Order: sequence, then C-alpha cells, then structure tokens
Amino acid sequence: MTTESDPHLGEAVAARIERRWATLSIAIVGVLVGMAIFIGIDHATMPQGHVETADPKTLHLAGEFIESNLGSAMEADGSVTVRAIGQQYSFTPQCIVVPSGTPVTLRATSADVVHGLLIEGTNINTMLVPGYVSELPVQFKAPGEHAMPCQEFCGIGHQGMWGKVKVVDKATFLGMMASQRRLSCVD
Amino acid sequence: MLINKRLILAHFWLAFVVFGLALILGAWQMFVRSPLNAWHFNPELYYRSVTAHGSAMGYVFPTLIAMGFGYAITESALEKPLIGTRWAWAGFALVAVGAVVAMIPVSIGLASVLYTFYPPMVGNPFYYIGVVMVVVGSWIWVALMSINLSIWKRENPERPVPLAMFANVAGSYLWGWTAVGAALEIIFLILPVALGLKSTIDAGLARVFFSWTLHAIVYFWLIPTYIAYYTIFPRAIGGRLYSDAMARISFILFVVVAMPIGMHHLFADPQVGAGFKFMHSVFTGLVALPTLLTVFTICASAEIASRLRGGSGAFGWVRALPWQNPIMLATALSLVMLGFGGAGGLINMSYQLDASIHNTQWITGHFHLIFGGAIVIMYFAIAYDLWPHLTGRALENFGLMRAQLWLWFIGMIVTTFPWHYVGILGMPRRMAFYDYANPAISPQAFSVAISTVGGLILLISGVLFFVVLIRGQMAHRSEAGAYRFSVPVHMPERIPVALNSFGLWLALMVGLTVVNYGYPIGQLLVLKETNVPAVYVGASR
Repeated sequence: MTTESDPHLGEAVAARIERRWATLSIAIVGVLVGMAIFIGIDHATMPQGHVETADPKTLHLAGEFIESNLGSAMEADGSVTVRAIGQQYSFTPQCIVVPSGTPVTLRATSADVVHGLLIEGTNINTMLVPGYVSELPVQFKAPGEHAMPCQEFCGIGHQGMWGKVKVVDKATFLGMMASQRRLSCVD
Repeated sequence: MLINKRLILAHFWLAFVVFGLALILGAWQMFVRSPLNAWHFNPELYYRSVTAHGSAMGYVFPTLIAMGFGYAITESALEKPLIGTRWAWAGFALVAVGAVVAMIPVSIGLASVLYTFYPPMVGNPFYYIGVVMVVVGSWIWVALMSINLSIWKRENPERPVPLAMFANVAGSYLWGWTAVGAALEIIFLILPVALGLKSTIDAGLARVFFSWTLHAIVYFWLIPTYIAYYTIFPRAIGGRLYSDAMARISFILFVVVAMPIGMHHLFADPQVGAGFKFMHSVFTGLVALPTLLTVFTICASAEIASRLRGGSGAFGWVRALPWQNPIMLATALSLVMLGFGGAGGLINMSYQLDASIHNTQWITGHFHLIFGGAIVIMYFAIAYDLWPHLTGRALENFGLMRAQLWLWFIGMIVTTFPWHYVGILGMPRRMAFYDYANPAISPQAFSVAISTVGGLILLISGVLFFVVLIRGQMAHRSEAGAYRFSVPVHMPERIPVALNSFGLWLALMVGLTVVNYGYPIGQLLVLKETNVPAVYVGASR
C-alpha cells in the first residue's frame, strides 16, 4: 500500500497491480485451454466428431442394433466393435466382454429414455440419448472386471441399472470368438 | 433508503422457508441412500424428493433472493422508492403460486422427472406450468430492474450508475436471457407432449436447450453473492473497495460469457459434434476470469481494511481482520469454498478430465460446494446485513451467527469432499440406493456415511439460521440508519460509457449465444427422425 499523501500515485500503483493480476489470470486460463487443445490433438481424446441417428422405434426390427447384432464383434483390422443398447432398467448385453490391449469401438444407443454408461475404474463415460448413436474409442489395459452403472436418471428403477464389463486377455477372447459371431458374457 | 420493506422481507422470508423445506428433504435423501439406512423404502419417494429439492433450491430459492435483494439495492443504491411496486407484488405472487402449482404434482408422485426434466420422460403438465410461472414472475423483476435503472439514468445523466445497481441489473439481464433456453424447451417441446397434443419429442434437442439455461443459471445464483463481496463486505469490515472498475468488468464478463458455454454439460452427449463442444469448453475457461479478478479485488479490499485497523506484515494483516464480524467470517469461508469448488470446475470444463467424473457423485459434490457452500453462505450474510434495516430491530447475537456460519462451512466440506472422492471411484449420481454388499461398491460405503454426517451438520446450521432470524424479528426496536454500500478507495472521476451501460454487452451476450447455439439447434431441428416416443411418468397414466 502507498501512503495517503499522494492519491494519484496510490491510484497508479493500484491500477498497475490490478493489471498484473489480470494478465496472470488470462495466462492461467490460456494455459488450461492450451492443455486441453494439446491433449485433444496429441492424445486424440476428443468427443465424437459427428451426429449419428438411430430410431428407437425400429431398433429391434432392423439395422445395426437388432438383438442378434449386439455384443462384441471382431473386425477385419483386428479391432473389436461393441454394440449395446440401454433401456429401462438394463443394458443389452448386460455383461460386455472385451479383450485387453486391443482397440475397441463402443457403439451404443437407447431404446426408450436418456441413459448413461460409465465403466468404473476407467475414463469411459458416455450418454445414451434415444434417437442418437454414441460412439467412443476405448482400450482396456489389463484383464479384470468393472461395474458399468447407468449414470443418468432414467426412471424409478434407475438404481437397479448396473451392467458389467469383463476384460479378458486377447488369446482367451479369440478362443471365445471362434465359436460365435457376437460375444457377450451374459450367463 | 428502504421504503418497500415488506416487499423485500416477503421475498427473503419465502425464499428461506422454501430453502428450509428443501434442506430437510436433502438431509433425508442423504440418509436413505447411505449405508446407515438399514430399512427398505420405495425408491420412487427418493426421486420425488430429489425433484422437489432440486426445483426448490434451483428455481425458487435463489430467484427470490435475487429479486428481494434486487429491490433492496434499487431503493438504497438509487436513493429513491421502487417504481412499479404493484408489479413487483404481482411477480412475487406468480413465483409463490407457481412454486405451489409445481410442487403439488411432484409431491403426489406425478412428476418425478428431477428439476432437469429429462425428456422423453414427461410428467404432469402442472409441474412445468408451475416452473414457467416462477420464471415469468422473475421476468417481471427483470423488467422492473431495467425500468428503474433507465428512469434513474434519465434523471441523473451526469452520475455513474452505483456499482451495486449496475451489478444487480447485470444479473437480471443474465437471468432474463438464460431462462429463455429452458422456457423454449418447456413451451415448444415438453408441454405439448405433457398436455397430450403430441406424443414424440427430440430428447437431444431438449438437452441442448436446457444446457443454455443450465450453466448460466449458476451465475444468476452467484451474482447476489458477488454483489455482497463487492458492495457489502468492504463496508462491513470498515474498509473500502479496492477497485470499482474491475468490479464492473467482472459483472460484464459474466453477462457476456456465461451463456455460450452450457454445452460443457453435454461433453458426453451424442447429439452435438466435437467442434461446438470445443468452443463451449474454451468459453468456459473464459468465465473463470471474472472469478479470478473478484478473488483478487476482495482480498485486496480486506487488506485495506486490515491496514486501516493497524494490521501489518506480508501476511500478518490477516490476523488483524475483524473476525468476530459475521460478514467477515462468511466472506472468508465463502472464498475458501469458492476456491475448492472453482478448482473442481476447471477440471469439469476440460473434456479429457471430465470423462472420468461426468455424472458421478463428483458433480453433485462440485455444485453443492459452489452453490450450497460459497453462494448460499453469502445469502445468509446478506440476510444478516440487511435484516436490521428491514425489521427495524437489531441482530445482536454475533456468536450464534458465527456458530451458524461455521457449522454451514464444516457441514458443506464434510458433505462434499467425500462425494468428490466417491465420484472419482466412479459412483453414479441420482440413485435412490446402492448395494453396498457388492464388492465393486463396498469401498464407497464409508465415504457416503461420512457425507451423511455432513448433511446432519447442515441441517443443524439451517435450524440455527432460523433461530437468528426469528429472534431478530422479536428483538427490541433500534434505528439501523440508511443502508449503504462500499465506497471504492479511489472514486473514479468519470466512468467510461462501456462500464456504465449495457447495450454493447447485451448485444454480445445475445450474439455469442446465437453463434454458439445457433448451428447445433438448427442442425437438430432439421433432423426429423430424432423425435422419439415420450415415456409418461406417474401413477395415473
């Protein structure tokens, strides 16, 4: 603080300190936004790029999300595509099986209201909005089991909507895949 | 000069009664979903309660505080009686009746859709009609604030608009425009379905409209708190405001950048592309600026007050602050909670970090810490500061007030820190109960139990708050004098037009909203196949 004797000097000092702080604040925000841009581009962790639709009225009749097409599918390039739907108050399939160390594309939608899907112990987290397809590229490091709750209020049975993800090693997965076109771990 | 004291008191009393009821529901919710509850109960009751708690705390309580405080500011800062008193009472009546109309279907289980609506679930139409009445009532207040300011400006062309009034009108404009998002959602998407005129709804589009309201509404809640920081706190502790211009810049920044950022609530949604999510993320970063500026100005103002009282040293001045003063204590505790909550907010705004905590208990912890903590504790402070001027009776029990404020702070920390932690573990929010015997969930049980204790502490603090106010209504009469706001250290000789008017900023507010929302909304309006069947909620359907 400056002395009271010269108010104009005091005012100039106050304004200078204030400008410095404002500059620092802008720099802090700039660094944070810059970090998000860098991680988005460099680590390719970005939201889904485009809007894709799926009609919940005909999900079970035709198209990608018919029941026989749900679960894990092997792609020609060695990656895995998991297709799932959420409905009041369960997922189909209720238990998803995926290989570790393999690129997995998760494609999911809702058959009725808004649901969500989060896989505990990972940063896999997406909304399922009826009418739209959510797509998420994911990869699991190690075999294990994860809880997969619905994270969005979807009605009075919401608290019971828990699915499961079972990560198995790649050889086991390929063995399971040999006998089936679409895979899940629903017993 | 406070003329319409009954009008102002009516707003504050109704606000706090609504708050008290919603607080009881909140504490009950925390208990029944915790491992401390060994009894079975109907989960539908939980969602009813959450709908009531959220609607009351989100739409009614802060709106009434902003309105009542706004009228108090108009009369005391402009030093003339409020113009449009009858309209103000009409607005109050609309809010009160709207709240009752909305809560009847909620309490009988016909609208358990939570305060965020969640179409395609659709509840009883009266719930939405009640919410619209509350918003329309508050729009009357918005208009009154604007009218009172412009008449005063015409009468006082040479004088700068007092800071408190400038900030108050900024908050009213912000609310007026941000409420439009939810209003469009209710009127054009939800109500036609609730009334049975339509049977399908675009859930994705509805979420986009709601996000327009959902984030800026938080800044609407925040504005009375910031007004208290800038215009009550320095005066209450015997100091001066460090900078008048910086205060105006902060409020202007809120008006301009609070709206075009709401899509950070939709980071995990499929109906918006990556580009606009990125835009909204960047703007969310910008909205941290006014808060950083405010923290500096308020701490600097505290330092001025302390040095005037003989405080010295680089940090020693903190000790010389008047800590026995409830306003001092409330502001300090509020800033601490704002610090933690703000840091959490910076995590939420970045897509990559948000992915691990989106829709978990972390988010519940985040907004309870910011709103319930940093913001509401200053609502208490505003009431304590204003009460003697409204009732003509002194509030004398500073010890009780400090105990109440400390308990609120401790309760908030004990509630929200465990929530943040279990959120990182992946605990989903908005669930009536959890199977704590499940090995995937059992590690979260202890933290949830601790947070329930926090809820109990908050309830006790709430009771103390009412004790203070009710005792204040019964205390002996004393003249509190004119209600005044802080004076800046250096009264600016002239204020640039830009910092004394709103035209440019309102144009930017609307323009940026159109830029950041226009394309996503247009794109979804064109997509016809995304209308999905509504799912009606409630027993009678």
